[in-house]
Amino acid sequence: MTVLKLAWRNLLGAGIRTWLNVLVLSLSFVVIILVQGFIEGMNVQARDAVTAAEYAGGQYWHKEYDPYDPFTLVDAHGALPSAIEELVRAGDATPVLVTQGSVYSGGSMRPVLLKGVDPAQRIFTLPSGFLAPDSAELPVLIGSRMAKSTGLNQGDLVTIQWRDVNGTFDAQEARVAQVMVTTVPSIDVGQVWLPLERLRSMTAMPEQATFVTLKRGFKARPQAPGWGFHSTDDLLSDLRALVKAKAAGSSIFYVILLFLAMLAIFDTQILSLFRRRKEMGTLMALGMTRGQVIQLFTLEGALNGVLAALVGAVYGIPFLAYTAQHGLIVPKLVDSMGFAFGNRLYATYSAGLVLATTLLVLAVTAVVSFLPTRRIAKLKPTDALRGRWT
Amino acid sequence: MQDSMIVRTDNLVKKYPMGRHELLALKDVSLSFAKGEFAGLVGPSGSGKTTLLNIIGSLDTPTSGSATVLGEKVETLSHRRAAALRNQHIGFIFQTFNLLQVYTAYENVEFPLLLLGMSAAERRKAVMAALDWVGLADRAKSRPAQLSGGEGQRVAIARAMVKRPELVLADEPTANLDAENSHNILHTMEDLNKRLGTTYIFSTHDQKVIEHLRRKIVLVDGQVAADERLQPEPAGRQP
Repeated sequence: MTVLKLAWRNLLGAGIRTWLNVLVLSLSFVVIILVQGFIEGMNVQARDAVTAAEYAGGQYWHKEYDPYDPFTLVDAHGALPSAIEELVRAGDATPVLVTQGSVYSGGSMRPVLLKGVDPAQRIFTLPSGFLAPDSAELPVLIGSRMAKSTGLNQGDLVTIQWRDVNGTFDAQEARVAQVMVTTVPSIDVGQVWLPLERLRSMTAMPEQATFVTLKRGFKARPQAPGWGFHSTDDLLSDLRALVKAKAAGSSIFYVILLFLAMLAIFDTQILSLFRRRKEMGTLMALGMTRGQVIQLFTLEGALNGVLAALVGAVYGIPFLAYTAQHGLIVPKLVDSMGFAFGNRLYATYSAGLVLATTLLVLAVTAVVSFLPTRRIAKLKPTDALRGRWT
Repeated sequence: MQDSMIVRTDNLVKKYPMGRHELLALKDVSLSFAKGEFAGLVGPSGSGKTTLLNIIGSLDTPTSGSATVLGEKVETLSHRRAAALRNQHIGFIFQTFNLLQVYTAYENVEFPLLLLGMSAAERRKAVMAALDWVGLADRAKSRPAQLSGGEGQRVAIARAMVKRPELVLADEPTANLDAENSHNILHTMEDLNKRLGTTYIFSTHDQKVIEHLRRKIVLVDGQVAADERLQPEPAGRQP
């Protein structure tokens, strides 16, 4: 307790040197929590957006369906089993038919996925209402990324080509009913949404679907032969892996920052050992043991971490709270990273994150403070009083 | 050893390695100091004064021979026990004062009491009394940088005396002070020696200090060349 009191007194007595170290270290605290908070916020926001716009309460997939293998689409369709049909009728699920096709626009042909969706569905947030047929024209819905890559705008005519269930090529003109602005690239890039019944008719696949999306929060999982259930959690596993990969990259920032802060502490400790040898001798002459002197110098260094946590809290809490409530504007460039979090990114902080970061910084500070002080163990009081090392 | 002897050295030898050779700093030094003495180790630089003080203060150990301080054999003390001996029974005064620069005068004087684990109220009382002894009660909140040389050394004396040690070791305490401050400091220490019965052992080659000593031990090349009593010890403190 005495050593702690003395260390605290020394630390505050050192004035500007202490406050500079504390400032750098507090910056590490805040930035580590900020970066981690944004990574978690990115995770949460992307998960929520993808869940709302695509996965909802999970999906039943036709047994042949593999979203990463377009060749499976030839066979990945079938009539809905009665149990799923019942869910669709009850409004607890909605079927989607997926097939390969091409769009011809701007003088070039581009491969796309044609996705048939019920215009009246409310299971996921796709604005499928724009696909309600009010004329003989074929309405299609595309996302803003798709519109940009094809040069299409709302109201434009575009030629769509596809193969029906028998492999016969067919083509038709369609009008872009709406260009939707979505934060979810996986319902936008390379995709054209059509009315489900029109696509079924075009492909000669009546009553068929590739997957069926369940309403959010719907708990029942009826048996459906030939169809496999994928929970929202399973469907988000790729997204989690992506976030994890991005998080690993981002952690380099705070490792560098932490390293710089620790270098400042280490440097201060080394300087202290050389500049304060006479003081160490005096402390020993006054009755401190070498162990107590080591404790004192280690605690002085380690208390930088405690002060930094307090100082960091003073300016960090309002700043972090702001980033959680108001978010930060995301540059357009970030859209190309494949994340779905809109124009603003909101940080998400948990007590665990703050506690873990605090403990990490305190532990690293304590170790960095202790390492140089081990030399004191060999120091002779008489040499120290003369300002020499033994 | 007689009960009144608080320091005794027998055939004390101290050698320092100097490359392939050894420097003989102390050679067969046998001395004893009684409680309440005001004695000085006198001699030129390199005569072994500071080395002897360091051994008596348990800051160093002899190469051979024995030093018994307050009943403890310095050569056999563990680091921990030596620290406890210094903390509880010995006060140090240094040539360069060695005040802790980030502490106030009050905190500097309080330091040994913190190590002794005294309560805050006891500490406050003792520190203010010690600062009063040296006439610096009104400078309690000043830091060493704000004090003059004489004031700094008086704070160091208060720090050495605050725990009422049996023994105070002062290494060239006036070397960095002018004549007037030296005189004041010596008067303060003489006064405390008489009032509290504390034993003072100085190392010095300053004539001003020598004039105040009651016993002068001359060291030359690590050996005792002379041991003279300059003034009689006060009644009841005869060695």
